[in-house]
Amino acid sequence: MNGGRAIILGRIREALRNNPAPRPHTSHSQSEAAADHNGHAQREWLPKVGETLPERIDLFAKISEGLTTEFQRVPTMSAARHLITKLATESQWKKIGSHSHQDVDALLEEIELPIVRTEKGYAINDLESCDAGITGCDVLVAQTGGIMVSVESAGGRALSVLPPHHVVIARTSQMVPDLTAAFEHVKQKYGKQFPSFLSFITGPSRTGDIERILVLGAHGPKRLTVILLD
Amino acid sequence: MASQSSDFQTLSRRYTADKGFRAFIQKGMSGYYKKRDQNKANFQDWQGARDLAAEIKYEAINHLDKYLLEFEEKITARGAKVFWAQNAEAAREYILKVAKENNVHSIIKSKTMTSEEIHLNDALEKQGFGVVESDLGEYIVQLRKEAPFHLVFPAMHLTRRQISDLFQKELGSEPTDEPEKLTMIARDIMRRKYCEADMGISGTNFAIAETGMISITENEGNARLTTSLPKIHVALLGIEKVLPKLEDLSLFLPMLATAGAGQTMTCYNTMYAGPRQLGEPDGPEQMHIVLLDNRRTELLADAEQRDSLGCIRCGACLNICPIFKNVGGYSYGTTYGGPIGSVITPHLRGLKDWKHLSAASSLCGACTEACPVKIDLHHHLLQNRRNGAKTAPNPLEKISFGGFSLMMGHPSLYRLASGLGRIFQPLQGLVNGTILDPLRSWTDSRKLPTLAPQSFHEQWKKQRNRKL
Amino acid sequence: MRISLFVPCFVDQLYPNVAWSVVRVLERLGHEVVFPESQSCCGQPPFNSGYWDDARSSARVTMKAFRDAEVVVGPSGSCVTMIKAFYPDLFKGETDELAARELAAKAHEFSSFLVNVLGVTDVGAKFDGKVTFHDGCHGLRELGIKSEPRALLANVKGLELIEMCEAETCCGFGGTFAVKYATISTAMDEVKCASILETGADTVVSNDSSCLMQIRGMLEKEKSSVRSLHLAEILASR
Ligand code: SF4
Repeated sequence: MNGGRAIILGRIREALRNNPAPRPHTSHSQSEAAADHNGHAQREWLPKVGETLPERIDLFAKISEGLTTEFQRVPTMSAARHLITKLATESQWKKIGSHSHQDVDALLEEIELPIVRTEKGYAINDLESCDAGITGCDVLVAQTGGIMVSVESAGGRALSVLPPHHVVIARTSQMVPDLTAAFEHVKQKYGKQFPSFLSFITGPSRTGDIERILVLGAHGPKRLTVILLD
Repeated sequence: MASQSSDFQTLSRRYTADKGFRAFIQKGMSGYYKKRDQNKANFQDWQGARDLAAEIKYEAINHLDKYLLEFEEKITARGAKVFWAQNAEAAREYILKVAKENNVHSIIKSKTMTSEEIHLNDALEKQGFGVVESDLGEYIVQLRKEAPFHLVFPAMHLTRRQISDLFQKELGSEPTDEPEKLTMIARDIMRRKYCEADMGISGTNFAIAETGMISITENEGNARLTTSLPKIHVALLGIEKVLPKLEDLSLFLPMLATAGAGQTMTCYNTMYAGPRQLGEPDGPEQMHIVLLDNRRTELLADAEQRDSLGCIRCGACLNICPIFKNVGGYSYGTTYGGPIGSVITPHLRGLKDWKHLSAASSLCGACTEACPVKIDLHHHLLQNRRNGAKTAPNPLEKISFGGFSLMMGHPSLYRLASGLGRIFQPLQGLVNGTILDPLRSWTDSRKLPTLAPQSFHEQWKKQRNRKL
Repeated sequence: MRISLFVPCFVDQLYPNVAWSVVRVLERLGHEVVFPESQSCCGQPPFNSGYWDDARSSARVTMKAFRDAEVVVGPSGSCVTMIKAFYPDLFKGETDELAARELAAKAHEFSSFLVNVLGVTDVGAKFDGKVTFHDGCHGLRELGIKSEPRALLANVKGLELIEMCEAETCCGFGGTFAVKYATISTAMDEVKCASILETGADTVVSNDSSCLMQIRGMLEKEKSSVRSLHLAEILASR
């Protein structure tokens, strides 16, 4: 059962038949077929991203600051482990969520807290009561200070949004310039077998719904930490 | 029965007379203006980005059947069910049916203006389904039994004091004047709701034909939770929301954030391709896509105004609109307020009852300039006025413009009348500002200009016309 | 150059000095100014209210009056917009569409004509005072006039330009809107006037007399000492 499918499609076709709309007035010469563009056209207009990796990392760091994403660069995995242990003690974590992922597992090797692992399913209340969710990611996006996660790279849909502190581990090789590159990565990595969930996370959860005043941690994490491994 | 038009007059006068309220709205907007301008400046070329966005929307809307079918095919292949709803009633009934068939107990919603359009909450509640709005602003207006004040900022008309009082009354919480504490009260309540709910209803910002995905833009994380934890996900979207390619999002996501909220990107931009897939640890077992027409095809048939289907509901035109900022969101009496609402409501709900909204504008064009997808908003208001005058002219106006065109169409009559005007001007002084003054609505607040002793025409004739 | 002067009806009736100022500036620059007397109104009031048939009858008079003109110049961003931007829409599919397009092509708003057609930014004017400039919406958004009046003002001796925050915000006039929705129109006027007063300028200048009528109406009612002048009046003074 699909409702008024035939009727709606008929109405659409009727509305469009021999009834062309004026083309949008554009000040720039656009490619005639916008539908055929591959996402590169927009790079000309969107915010500028540096050419080299260090420039991109700097841009990501700068935007992170504005977003209050805690961005930490570490030289080695053992330094990363040190960092996460420190975070756990300082924030008095009692229980954390994580998932099966090479870098995440390596990162948590020395953590001795109870861990709720999501890859095989979990009880919602169990995950909800975790103090932090530790995940990997697909890519980091320099242009927006964003982190792209998916079912695969972040242990499902909820691990990266339900606990109040989200910690992401990434490698510099995962830094891409912009959203277009992130989508290219997705298409390359998954082909047609997309995960059912892909998300750009750009800073900790926030709201401005009360007098337009910024409050962090509306429904998602209050804190977002990105650990970038060189 | 009062008409929509007189309701607008009454409400807009009431809101506009409240200077404190106007200042409050203006203050709320001021931070947004600053951040929006900074973010626009970060673009290498904001105008170029608008041009491209308008081109992509043009392509999508003018091949809507093709892209909708592609979208349907792809997302169906991923296990989602697509329902085509001709009108509000069909959409509501389908959603009710899904809820009943699955024995749903508790429903959580994330922000969706489309559900406001079809009055979904009412319908669900009448059938005994509890529904909770999870977006903070929406939750606040839901508790007040109000509609959203603004497309993007539903509760921007309320002070923290009002919200604290509301929470105290409805939720029994302690009074506080800290937005942070108020937010946390809602967060705690909502946490329990997410864990209990068995159906999540969301809106959709973009549908992607190429990959069969829907994309949802938000800041709070409530939409992500709504679409992750309950076992059923219903996504509601107007048929106009489809974009051809995944990469199109790399333009639209930052533009929506910049125009709508003055952000580089909103906090979460999530793409869903179906319900939980094999081997995935969480996510809903069922995903239902409700594609809503509800007279959008009427707008589509109007080639002149078809571009208004490209609207991404960013709210930028409301934020800049001097009318909106004075009369506020409730004066309109529509689901979609501000300039875009004034343009599309006559198409969606009838020109006769809604054409006054197109008259309530100085046609300054600030909306068109702000619109990220370059909808020709203020010219559409003009076209609505033309269509309105054609189908249902206002008798008084028709007579006066008839007289006007008679006069202006005959230069000699024009000059005769202008002479008469100068004779009658002193008489206006006698009634100035009184109830007898036909121009009272002007003279209440502004001084009337005085006619020059001699028009330019006459002066020129005397001084320059060598023929005399 | 032989320039045909287009004088919008309310300038004709209320502000003849604005039209004379245009004449003076153009003549001072060595051009011949003619005034086709059969002109009446561009048709904007019925056009804006949706009565396009009535608008067309006014517009036809204007088109006829300027049929043989080489260039047409008018001191109002709004009325020139009517001709330049809206006549082609108004006459789309009509027998006189071509005539409408021809007039649209040769019509110019005064400041834009000086700067973009004549290439003049210094007209040798002198005006002592602090002024702030209001951008009329039509001139600004339909015709893209923003820098031209400022370039002209910059060369007026003795004049100091102080920009107001809300320069591009609508004054709230909008033709019949100002009377039909007087409360909203007034509220917009208040925002505009507050922004003008905030600059400390003694004169508010615009290239549109209709906006000035709205602004002046409130300033006078509030007994403010701030004057309002059309750009042409400033440029004509020496
Ligand atoms: S009309 Fe344009 S500016 Fe207004 S809400 Fe839609 S997209 Fe945004």
